[in-house]
Amino acid sequence: MNFDFSDDEKMVQDQIHRYLNDNCDFSRFRSVLEGNEPYSEQVWQGLAEMGVQGTAISSEYGGVEAGYLTLCLAAKEMGAHLAPVPFSTSVYLFAEALARYGSQAQKEKWLPLIASGQVKGTIAVSETLEEARADNIATSFKDDQVSGSKLVVPQGMVADVAIVLARKSDALTLAIVELEGVSRTPVEMVDPTMATSTLVFDNSAAEELGECSDGWDALADVHNRAAVLIAFEQIGGAEKALEMAVDYAKERFAFGRPIGSFQALKHMMADMYVALKLAESNCYYAAWALQNDSVDFALAAATARVSATQAFQLCSRDNIQVHGGMGFTWEFDCHLYYRRSNYLTLMLGGLATWEDKLIGALPAADAA
Amino acid sequence: MDFSDTKEEAVFREEVQAWIKGNAPEYLYEPLSTSGFGSTRTGDYDPLAEAKKWQKKKADAGWACIQWPSEYGGRGATPIQSVIWNQEEGVYGSLSRTFIIGQGMCAPTMMAYASEEQKQRYLPKLASGEEVWCQLFSEPHGGSDLAGLRTRAEKDGDDWVINGQKIWTSGAHYSDFGILITRTDPDVPKHKGLTMFFLDMRSEGVDIVPIKQANGDSGFNEVYFDNVRIPDVQRLGEVGEGWKVSLTTLMNERLAIGGSIATGFPEIKALVDELRVASGSAIEDSAVRSKLADWYAKSAGLQNTASRAISALSKGETPGPENSIGKLVAGGMMQDIAKFALDLQGLPGAIMDPEIASGSARLQAMLMRSPAVRIEGGTDQILRNIISERVLGLPEDMRADKGLPFNKIPTGN
Ligand SMILES: Cc1cc2nc3c(=O)[nH]c(=O)nc-3n(C[C@H](O)[C@H](O)[C@H](O)COP(=O)(O)OP(=O)(O)OC[C@H]3O[C@@H](n4cnc5c(N)ncnc54)[C@H](O)[C@@H]3O)c2cc1C
Repeated sequence: MNFDFSDDEKMVQDQIHRYLNDNCDFSRFRSVLEGNEPYSEQVWQGLAEMGVQGTAISSEYGGVEAGYLTLCLAAKEMGAHLAPVPFSTSVYLFAEALARYGSQAQKEKWLPLIASGQVKGTIAVSETLEEARADNIATSFKDDQVSGSKLVVPQGMVADVAIVLARKSDALTLAIVELEGVSRTPVEMVDPTMATSTLVFDNSAAEELGECSDGWDALADVHNRAAVLIAFEQIGGAEKALEMAVDYAKERFAFGRPIGSFQALKHMMADMYVALKLAESNCYYAAWALQNDSVDFALAAATARVSATQAFQLCSRDNIQVHGGMGFTWEFDCHLYYRRSNYLTLMLGGLATWEDKLIGALPAADAA
Repeated sequence: MDFSDTKEEAVFREEVQAWIKGNAPEYLYEPLSTSGFGSTRTGDYDPLAEAKKWQKKKADAGWACIQWPSEYGGRGATPIQSVIWNQEEGVYGSLSRTFIIGQGMCAPTMMAYASEEQKQRYLPKLASGEEVWCQLFSEPHGGSDLAGLRTRAEKDGDDWVINGQKIWTSGAHYSDFGILITRTDPDVPKHKGLTMFFLDMRSEGVDIVPIKQANGDSGFNEVYFDNVRIPDVQRLGEVGEGWKVSLTTLMNERLAIGGSIATGFPEIKALVDELRVASGSAIEDSAVRSKLADWYAKSAGLQNTASRAISALSKGETPGPENSIGKLVAGGMMQDIAKFALDLQGLPGAIMDPEIASGSARLQAMLMRSPAVRIEGGTDQILRNIISERVLGLPEDMRADKGLPFNKIPTGN
């Protein structure tokens, strides 16, 4: 047994880490947060030059084919740096949907464009104020056109192309729609750096994913895969939020001593560490299961997703608490993680949805 | 990453499986697998006798304490082989719980500090279960504040004379030997005046009084020392270095106790798979699913964290204080699970009789035993202190006794 990432995988992570450290500090996030730009084009291009978008895309389609374990570590860095780029929607959702359900021609057309960063993708699912279900999707697919509106599409403001969940007679399907000419309106969200928008399709040209027989099942499968990658973003963010809390607690004094010497805070941070450690280990397992198409993949993905969501929520929330009043200022960076953690929690369906999936994936007479 | 056995590991696993299949006490399978948490059920057979029998059989065939060097009763196995052994031994491994303190904590201390002759004399019999050991650390005055202990050792010729009292000593009533930490110098700060020994539990002046536990069992004892003489050759480490020696023991305690850890998840899952509640089948109830998912994620997290520790071990790294999380997570979780399980059943959930209660009352036994998990081997609070100070590097607690000679420390009575 060897339950660790390889030196090669860690080396790629380190390159991405160094690139983001040098080029993607919080000022980038803030620039997007404050509406100066919808995403950081500079960081996106920098990542593309390193081939990061194509990490797990096969070389046949212009990717570097470094595998999902490497992509997981790349995702962790994206999460840690709160990179304000449409990486998750393009790489974990759009590219995965194509790789899994696209026809040969569709893969040949789109995957190289994603791998090179020339095209930014997303997925358009939710239409109402309720969490998406198979029975609250009204957008229609007919005669290679979609019509209808999607309420919240992550990176909808910046994506060039979307996979759209739509109704085709009785069943649901997934279709590729180029977004040029599609009307989009920004939606104010808890994390404004996710460039979220509504999309209104009016007989927009669409092409069904060639190998998709049931749109809802295909979406669930794509979400499982993305869940692992987003879980890595979550633990990346959680680790940083905990680090911020610990650093601050060592320096800030109250009652003549560092606040980090008060047990109430020490124990709070110990609990943050525990949640992070459990999530991290579950993420490692899910990364392995993703890379190896393990039979228990759905369970591994839901487990990583549930614990990473818990860890990022706890760490970003209590990081604010450790900072006191400063933690509640716009100027301090605590709210950046708080915003991102709450957005990521909901991005593929909320915690309750994943808890439910986890239990559904357990074998009947489980012996954990 | 790779979870499959290597070729050598697979060969080893087959060898283990074959031996266990041919030798394990199959007549105990049923009672052992339905044992309540914290107890070892052996049906009509005597638990201590059965434990010793299985241990001896393993030792004779070279399957006891397999990671120890062969001259001390093991077979020099690797950490991974030891994990494979534990996986394959399965429920029969619970018979060895009797020896866990001796083999898991006393033995590493003996290996580090006893003379070669002593190691040859004591370790093989500890491995084979012919001699049982206990750990005499905690005292009425304090367990968390171990370094504040009061039991005195005074030099008299070639012997030391011991006076004082230990408490919560698990298994003292059936132990042959014990490791004992004492105060040899009360005039220096508390950590500096301690010295470690091992002793024969049948020495004159040792008095063992069982304590009845909150759950009705009697696993631990008070141990009184009245002018007990220990020869100086049974001192472990230098005079005044007892604290350092105890850290060897306590580090291994975290590994022994945190190693393979029960969480209660399989028990609660088995219950809700069958149970019906007001809304219908319990497993379909969304509140139940939410709780269950949280517990599954935690127990999987512990298992996966353990796998990472094993990977690290196999690369020659030593597991650090981050392994404190196992017991911290599992203790509270078991208590929560048990409480929730009972709650789902209403008053019948409070039935303790294993013949009547669902799941042989294992969850009820867990309810009553789990508070101890949060105390033994370092309380939840002490573990959080360890994580925050040694893993996260936060400042130490303010200590009212810092730098004071032991005999000037405020005692509160
Ligand atoms: C089932 C069982 C078996 C045991 N077996 C053995 C054995 O074989 N050998 C042996 O030597 N001991 C044994 N123990 C003893 C065990 O190690 C101690 O009970 C434990 O370390 C706690 O010490 P205490 O009981 O004196 O409680 P105390 O130390 O008095 O603690 C009381 C409370 O104060 C809290 N507290 C204490 N100090 C701090 C601090 N610095 N910061 C925050 N909170 C603090 C504790 O967390 C706890 O909640 C056993 C205990 C149990 C329950």
